[in-house]
Amino acid sequence: MDIRVQNVLKQFSRYPALNDVSLDIRSGELIALLGPSGSGKTTLLRLIAGLETPTAGRIFFGDDDASSKTVQQRNVGFVFQAYALFRNMTVLENISFGLKVRPRATRPPRAEIRKRAMELLDLVQLSGLHDRFPQQLSGGQRQRVALARALAIEPRVLLLDEPFGALDAQVRKELRKWLREIHDKTGHTTVFVTHDQEEALELADRLVVMSQGKIEQVGTPDEVYDRPDNPFVFNFIGESSNLPVEIDNGEVWVGGRAVGLGAGDTPKGAAQLFFRPHDVELVNEGAALAGVVAASRRVGGTRRVELEIGGDAQRIEIDLPFDHPAGDKTRIAFRPKRWRLFSTAR
Amino acid sequence: MVVSPAHPAKAGWTFVKPSVVPGFGLTFGYTLLYLSLIVLIPIIGLFLKAAQVPLEDIVRIATAPRTLNALRVSFGASFIAALVNIVFGLIVAWVLVRYKFPGRRLMDAVVDLPFALPTAVAGIALSTLYAPKGWIGWLVSANGPLHLGWKIAYTPTGIVIALIFIGLPFVVRTVQPVLEEFEAELEEAAATLGANRWQTISMVILPRLMPAILTGFSLAFARAVGEYGSVIFIAGNLPNVSEIAPVLIVIKLEEFDQAGAAVIAGIMLVIAFVMLFVINLIQAWARRRFGDV
Repeated sequence: MDIRVQNVLKQFSRYPALNDVSLDIRSGELIALLGPSGSGKTTLLRLIAGLETPTAGRIFFGDDDASSKTVQQRNVGFVFQAYALFRNMTVLENISFGLKVRPRATRPPRAEIRKRAMELLDLVQLSGLHDRFPQQLSGGQRQRVALARALAIEPRVLLLDEPFGALDAQVRKELRKWLREIHDKTGHTTVFVTHDQEEALELADRLVVMSQGKIEQVGTPDEVYDRPDNPFVFNFIGESSNLPVEIDNGEVWVGGRAVGLGAGDTPKGAAQLFFRPHDVELVNEGAALAGVVAASRRVGGTRRVELEIGGDAQRIEIDLPFDHPAGDKTRIAFRPKRWRLFSTAR
Repeated sequence: MVVSPAHPAKAGWTFVKPSVVPGFGLTFGYTLLYLSLIVLIPIIGLFLKAAQVPLEDIVRIATAPRTLNALRVSFGASFIAALVNIVFGLIVAWVLVRYKFPGRRLMDAVVDLPFALPTAVAGIALSTLYAPKGWIGWLVSANGPLHLGWKIAYTPTGIVIALIFIGLPFVVRTVQPVLEEFEAELEEAAATLGANRWQTISMVILPRLMPAILTGFSLAFARAVGEYGSVIFIAGNLPNVSEIAPVLIVIKLEEFDQAGAAVIAGIMLVIAFVMLFVINLIQAWARRRFGDV
């Protein structure tokens, strides 16, 4: 089921949570809504589910205008961050809830419901726990039950709101891999919200980066990581360093010196230079960015060094091998291997 | 009191559980003393008084039709009133928690009035309203515009109404906080799974409220069993018909039959205790079943 979000606006008492957002989600795709808190990602998810109604704009499921339908009619699977399992029901009862509440005409017979629920329990690797109550399960197990419950109604689309946000790092990684497997097995169109970029980059077919109620960029993880459309995305996705520079003669200038970086088609004038701290090479000769080590710290296998560049002491970060001898005040010259320029001239 | 961690307390049967919060001895002693002074000693005194009565007299008083009828009216009316209060108390709590409307705070305060009002005042007001010539009593009487021929005051129905009045706040005040903390996500989850409003309420919300409802029920019931002031005005106090056990006890006392009064009181106490104990067991079960509400 492909989903089209068309010029959707959502206002909560005056201030807009979503501002004219349009998005096409392809059938069978695993897509991540990524952004800082307050970016409107959860609002967008809830609008697709029908848990909120848009102030303006429409949402289509296939050719079907879903905006006029209630949550119940939309047939979406929704997984909450805090699981939202029914505590008065066993695991099996939780999973079969969606089938049991169907009107008699479309409700499968009791044995069939039980069989389906057991199969789903198998799928989420919790067979044998059907008689437990949710409060007897661990967080990771609860979220698996929540997913099985959402899958039981054969949803047209699966929506997950920060599904792993309440779990510890180890379990989160495990479930991430497992969700990918389930998605590949069942083929549901899946939208999940996260503020964890690592999760989004690893899991999703495509990313939707949002900030302040707007979509900043849509693309595959590689596209978004390698070719961010704007400074926000570059900053938000992955590590980044940036430096105010001047563009002249098709070259990048810092403090009145060319630094050996081509400016491409960036217009003349002020700009921001962005690069990844790990994506640099140290150089001994030729034009380069040069700075003095102001601070350094060991991060796992690398050493992250803060450099002060130029007269006005702009600080940027680069990664060096952890055994690099650079100490305080050491002068280091380097060139980013890949970089992007965003013009700030007007 | 020294607690050695080398010998962990056996669950269930030991007094002291190792705890980082000091003061167990002091607070436990205080609790025992307080409960004894306020609750246990008067009750023991009551049973001692009743024990002075020869056994055949106890049986005679206990099985007298007037006693049995009074007990039946007392417990029956209390039970019905508590049931009615569950239903309407739940609705009142729901409205107060779920909707925002002008006058909500005022209505919230009104719920507590039955706590504060002297019960005699409530009794007089109710009996005036529900008497055959009162506003409501006249409406439903044979002479009223509806020609219903109902009689409320001076019948067991009147007793039930008085007991509903005094029991209402208990249910509202126990259910309200649970309802306030109820996670909206549970309702949303039910909705995304296709449940309609009624299914959500009956399968998701009510089970979660169950322990609170039971607490409210037992409080309202216990309060109703012991109620005296409001009932005597509206009940009519006809022996065997609308005479509650507390009234019978007072009558015995006025006849200087202290032993008889003590026996009836003792019987009431035992029945009430057994009922409350059973409700407590159900509650404990419901807590385990429906989670830590």
